[in-house]
Amino acid sequence: MKQLGDLAGVFAYLSLLTVGGGMAAFPELKTLTVDVHHWVTFPQLLHYYSLGQLAPGPNMMMVASIGTVVAGLPGAAVALVAFFLPTGVLTWGIGRLWTHMQTWRWRPAIQTGLGSVSVGLVLAGAVIMAKGAVVDALHAAIAAVVFLLLLKTKVNPAYPIVASGVIGILAYWLAGIG
Amino acid sequence: MSDPAPTAPPPTVSLARLFWVFFVMGATSLGGGVVGYLRTGLVVRNRWVDDVTFVELLSISQTLPGLNATNMSILVGDRLRGGWGTIVATLGMCLPGATLMIGAAYAYGIGGDDPWSKAFLHGIAAGALGLIVVVMVQLGAKVLKSLADYLFVLATAAAVAGFGVQVPYALIVAGIVAIWWHRPRDRTPK
Repeated sequence: MKQLGDLAGVFAYLSLLTVGGGMAAFPELKTLTVDVHHWVTFPQLLHYYSLGQLAPGPNMMMVASIGTVVAGLPGAAVALVAFFLPTGVLTWGIGRLWTHMQTWRWRPAIQTGLGSVSVGLVLAGAVIMAKGAVVDALHAAIAAVVFLLLLKTKVNPAYPIVASGVIGILAYWLAGIG
Repeated sequence: MSDPAPTAPPPTVSLARLFWVFFVMGATSLGGGVVGYLRTGLVVRNRWVDDVTFVELLSISQTLPGLNATNMSILVGDRLRGGWGTIVATLGMCLPGATLMIGAAYAYGIGGDDPWSKAFLHGIAAGALGLIVVVMVQLGAKVLKSLADYLFVLATAAAVAGFGVQVPYALIVAGIVAIWWHRPRDRTPK
């Protein structure tokens, strides 16, 4: 029960930080799940996070994986509800008020101001993620190539990400890099 | 698959149909980019919302905390069928991915420590990092307009990733400063 309570607290808190997308919560996600609660190791967190980018639907369904690791199916259910309910209720409420706020003078200021802060949070998340994901020159090259490919073409991101995994396997097979 | 529904808002949609359409989007939107799938499903195929409304709802989704995909499910579900519509649309959107990621956790428990799995997972982690940076650049291209905006980005990122400032503090302090910087000042207050 204690673990279900911890899961609920951690993911409800994280959900409120997802301004501008799931990556904005990544720094706190790492601190809480790896350093504070020791539910997963940093490499495991990166693996789940990356698998979550491949899964269809919202890109943070990996919270269900962490919940499963901690407490099985009940853990997954608690993590999902905690992660989606608080912001869900907030969005639902504000969505109903929004039409009244259309002419509110502060609305553009909030949208632009929070926009730049959320880009900053995503950048912080990417830096922390890079510390774990870029383990050698090969993986730096993979990240750089995927970045350029997705920036310049309209290819579905799932393909280059799966290809990255295949390259990882090939490198391990051919050169023992893993 | 396309109902001959009239374009007049808000069309009558059964809860079962609402669930199904969001479930299909939740199951097929591989590789992120959920917004594109949402537009195809909601605006083009079913004509449940028009493009103007879609962009408006998307801007609410992006401003508020929460993921774009679930925030959009909540807003569109509410618009079409009220509170129950919200619940049904969000469940449909989340169910496929959640099931897969629960399965992934069990599979990881069995084979995650295998060196071949690790080699694969390290590879996709590097690839996913590339994706994150692209998403960030695209988001930045839309919202960053002045030098000050770039300074807010760097200050926030440096505080969190460089100095270990907790995200809520960074969010509140930088948020207040950035909102104040963009405060309305072209007209006198009412």
